[in-house]
Amino acid sequence: MESYDTVEHDILVVGAGGAGLRAMIAAAEAGLNVGVVCKSLLGKAHTVMAEGGIAGALANLDKKDSWQVHFMDTMRGGAFLNNWRTVELLAKEAPERVLELEQYGAVFDRTPAGLIMQRPFGGHTYRRLNHVGDRTGLELLRTLQDRAVGAGMKCYMEVTMTRLLKDGDRVVGAFGYYRETGRFLVIKAKAVILATGGWGRMYRVTSNSWESTGDGAMLAYDAGAELMDMEMVQFHPTGMVWPPGVRGILVTEGVRGEGGILRNGKGERFMFDPKYMPAAYKGRFAESEEEARRWIDDKDNNRPSPDLLPRDVVSRAIYREVLAGNGTEHGGVYLDITHRGPELVKKKLPSMYEQFHALADLDITREPMEVGPTIHYTMGGVRAEPETCATNVPGLYAAGEVACGVHGANRLGGNALCDLLVFGKRAGEAAAQYAQMAAHGSIDDAQIRTEAEILLAPFESAGTENPYLLTQELQATMQEGAMIARTEEGLLKCLDQVLELQRRAKNLHVEGSRIFNPGWFTSRDILVMLKTSEIIVRCALERRESRGAQWRTDYPNADPEWARKNLIATKDGDTLKITTRPVPEMPPELARLFEETK
Amino acid sequence: MDTVTLRIFRGDASGGAEHDYEVPTFPGMVVLDAIHFIQANQDSTLSCRWNCKAGKCGSCSAEINGKPRLMCKARIRDYTTDSAPIVVHPLKAFPVIKDLVTDVAWNYQVSAKIAPFTPRADAPKPFVMQQIDVDRVQEFRKCIECFLCQDVCHILRDHNRKDAFYGPRQLIKLANLDMHPYDGLERRKMIREEAGVGFCNITKCCTEVCPEHIKLTDNAIIPLKERVADIYFDPVMWLARKLTKKE
Repeated sequence: MESYDTVEHDILVVGAGGAGLRAMIAAAEAGLNVGVVCKSLLGKAHTVMAEGGIAGALANLDKKDSWQVHFMDTMRGGAFLNNWRTVELLAKEAPERVLELEQYGAVFDRTPAGLIMQRPFGGHTYRRLNHVGDRTGLELLRTLQDRAVGAGMKCYMEVTMTRLLKDGDRVVGAFGYYRETGRFLVIKAKAVILATGGWGRMYRVTSNSWESTGDGAMLAYDAGAELMDMEMVQFHPTGMVWPPGVRGILVTEGVRGEGGILRNGKGERFMFDPKYMPAAYKGRFAESEEEARRWIDDKDNNRPSPDLLPRDVVSRAIYREVLAGNGTEHGGVYLDITHRGPELVKKKLPSMYEQFHALADLDITREPMEVGPTIHYTMGGVRAEPETCATNVPGLYAAGEVACGVHGANRLGGNALCDLLVFGKRAGEAAAQYAQMAAHGSIDDAQIRTEAEILLAPFESAGTENPYLLTQELQATMQEGAMIARTEEGLLKCLDQVLELQRRAKNLHVEGSRIFNPGWFTSRDILVMLKTSEIIVRCALERRESRGAQWRTDYPNADPEWARKNLIATKDGDTLKITTRPVPEMPPELARLFEETK
Repeated sequence: MDTVTLRIFRGDASGGAEHDYEVPTFPGMVVLDAIHFIQANQDSTLSCRWNCKAGKCGSCSAEINGKPRLMCKARIRDYTTDSAPIVVHPLKAFPVIKDLVTDVAWNYQVSAKIAPFTPRADAPKPFVMQQIDVDRVQEFRKCIECFLCQDVCHILRDHNRKDAFYGPRQLIKLANLDMHPYDGLERRKMIREEAGVGFCNITKCCTEVCPEHIKLTDNAIIPLKERVADIYFDPVMWLARKLTKKE
């Protein structure tokens, strides 16, 4: 086989978004030598797309807020499929991590008292989203980036890792290629942290970048890790719908947090319709438009608009309005912020103003936006232990969107960014502890040879399948069969199509050299997306109930039996095995919190 | 179906040539959509960088009809007032790797020389800062590192003084640190000597191309020049330095 580069680090972090960089900082502070790999340039990770804010109960504005309320909001938002211990750690540690980020140099918006400004968000009882206008993710990423570079980070930019390397049961490194040259690379490490983000590119209408193909899930799956709750894919209620060139681009929930109003094509505020109010949220939201209006200025004595219900609820409502013929001209609903005045809109939502102005010729201070659901986030992923982010595979850790445990069946806005910091740090520390006790493993060449052959096959293949067109077919298939409203019939048809595309993918062919060749990159990405899609669809078929993001119109109710089960997907030889695992039971002192607030 | 012609640079460090591609158009289409169409349907080896396609990551920088732009925000419609092709080239200030992809590593090397934010020893925890005191800092922190300002700056583009000038991007990074109410490091020496703020002669080209509408020259670079002038060229300060023998 051709020659390849080999480098060694104590710890390898795959992914340079918020979780990866925070893990790197933690491991470097523990005195370890850390290598970080990212598929793009440093600082371009999908974290920059997070807009609205980072949840953390600092109680700068609402004194009644506390970690306990954040805990309850997150469990309720996740329809109780979450790991309670992971959520407890998230809620308890988020405030420290936010304040630490400020010490690292992040410059948040300020309250009149000079503290970090907080805004209301869907499913959060109090104003809890610490933010910087509508570009909080960029602030978080750039701050961590500078800190990590200052801590001596060795970063391998534009490198794709395609396989974890094992020594017996243990993960001891990873294999991949430099995008710039196509040359292969082995990174040996005593521990590997996956921080690769989520997977939304297998859908046509998506707010995700090209990077969100599911590499991390597949790296872990192939190495024997358990994937959990893979059917839980979040549809953000407000993506752009017009013009077609921008369909799916995110419109931050911060618009509704600042008082933005949803209306259907007939001008009705449909979220006030009682049929959209889930039982778990009854009594917690304004029941009249008048009260919702008062809430904008007086949050202590009024309840928020039902426009701020959790994302799964609002997405379903929009879907049903459009299906009932109440949509707008381009098949969405209206989101209106004009009543808040141009000055506030430009100050608090500057990138939304710019986005609609530049891409849709629309002045959001004067006209309502047209919005509709778009794929946004994946709650499912690699099952990780709450305290350490360890997976079931020795030496392998997972943090951030690729990991699973904290968000349950639906993630609340603002909980992604605190997830990155809290569990990035914990993963870095736990992996450091492990690496201090471990030695480098030995890697047999067969693993490397097999993977290199898979990567190079499309150059040598006599097939005619185009990786781009296959990707487009997969996106159409998943959009049709595994979207918001799911049925057994639709999912079965979707599964057949995905399996057929997997067969066709054996005949992929690409032209050109290995130097920065996007066709070649795509020929590998599509294999990852096809397998991830199959797992999503199979898990969605298995969970015969409606819970959080999983809405089965043939099983429209939540089933108490399913409330106690997480779905687990593992690789058994060459076959995919789906089993269940009991949802960890909340200890009485935490369960009591819910009784007290009833 | 309406179509548009794109004339795209294809090549690498050893040279290259423009190639024409005809692409169907649709409402709201941007130049990056056209690139994606070519990759999927005409030539899958056409290289470019992109990530978010929403103007937030700063990856898809290129020169469109000679002007540095983000391809994801460049509307096809704005270039089709006549029938001339849309010309797309890589950034000129950096070496070409392949097609529209350039080697921007120098920007990262320079950035790494700038010490990260380091709070003053007497800073309160948590920080107490008024919005008005951080407005300017936040403006600079909107930067998405697309490097269009570095590309257009004639000190880097035409004179290639990468040895003596950090460029507008890194100057606003220094400005955001220097203007942070609680940053504790003395950064003026670096601003003048290593970053070379004196090289900027205020043509404001960087401000014109910034997709985040940051007023780099007026709000960052000119104030930095003044900050440096205070210690290096103010006669009172000069005398004080001489008397106390401090450099």
